[in-house]
Amino acid sequence: MGEMKSTTTHVLEAGEGQGFATTRFQDLLGWAQKYSLFMYPFVTACCGMEFMAVTSPRHDLSRFGAEAPRFSPRQSDLLWVVGTISQRQAPVLKRIYEQMAEPKWVMAFGTCASCGGFYDNYTTVAGIDKIIPCDVYIPGCPPRPEAVFDGLMLLQDKIASGNREPAIVKPRTDPAVSHNHGVVQLRRSKDA
Amino acid sequence: MAEALVKAVQSQFGAAVLETHNQHGDETIVVDAGSWKDIAAFLRDDRRTQMNMLTDLTAVDYPDREPRFEVVAHFCSLTRGHRLRVKARVGFEDGEGAEIDSLADLYGSANWMERECWDMFGVKFKGHPDLRRILMYPEFEGHPLRRDYPAQKIQPLVPYRDVDNIEKLPPFGDDMGMSFGRQTHAFGSHEE
Repeated sequence: MGEMKSTTTHVLEAGEGQGFATTRFQDLLGWAQKYSLFMYPFVTACCGMEFMAVTSPRHDLSRFGAEAPRFSPRQSDLLWVVGTISQRQAPVLKRIYEQMAEPKWVMAFGTCASCGGFYDNYTTVAGIDKIIPCDVYIPGCPPRPEAVFDGLMLLQDKIASGNREPAIVKPRTDPAVSHNHGVVQLRRSKDA
Repeated sequence: MAEALVKAVQSQFGAAVLETHNQHGDETIVVDAGSWKDIAAFLRDDRRTQMNMLTDLTAVDYPDREPRFEVVAHFCSLTRGHRLRVKARVGFEDGEGAEIDSLADLYGSANWMERECWDMFGVKFKGHPDLRRILMYPEFEGHPLRRDYPAQKIQPLVPYRDVDNIEKLPPFGDDMGMSFGRQTHAFGSHEE
């Protein structure tokens, strides 16, 4: 982490302690932006506990260049939507998003923010992408801090490469496969 | 102890007590909706009852009964340590005419609980100082905990945004997850 790894970057050595690199301006800008994320935590539900764990020293989100929370949307460029969004709250979230200055990114933290979770009813927004665009989805109820780091690094990859497609955090290993040594076994009934 | 309570109400109000029953040691009386407030005042003020706390007030919807809603109040006496559940049946089969006296000037806790009951079931409380919705937003139509409210009906405050490429919303395809971790890093290979 930290070095510029774009394929368009060329480091030209000119001796010890000297030299210069050529790159594209967009690559340089993306490299700078991805390590200076000012985050706005929009915390509404129980995922907030896991968000606290992520930002506190044990897991320490600030290692990834996303340290400073800004509680004004005008000063922040990464919106963390942490928890369930109700229909009544949806206008507030949309207004917060609209107040943020470009460039801005949105993380859906947890299943409820991503798709509504098990709240399939009259009062819950079935995913924040119904009202605002979302860059990274982090599933989990709540997601582990490691999954959140995967989400943040995924977003940083996307910022560096200028990719605005939404993406989702996936498990590093498939639990159905890893617990059975590579073979997915179905339980047989007694009659068979 | 609680049986004496029922007898006290019966001797005071006579025919207004429609039926009584006992479930797991909890006494319940079903009363005429017209005497609702008088009985609550009696329960609060009489020396034998001293029900100084209204624990809960809600309603139950029985769509195939003619007084369709059952308004349920749970009274509790902190000084004498007994409880009583009082029910009253209101409303026609189409949901209209569900009206009952408000207890808000007898019990402070009735204020918000009656607002919730109005919001969820559409039971009107006559004499309530501020009968607005409390959980749903003012633009919401209907009462969601009625049995005939469609389970899938949502009423978004913010119009859902149009998404050109609906495949970009979850669930994603296999190739749209993390650009790392599954070794599909697109731009990480450094050219020598």
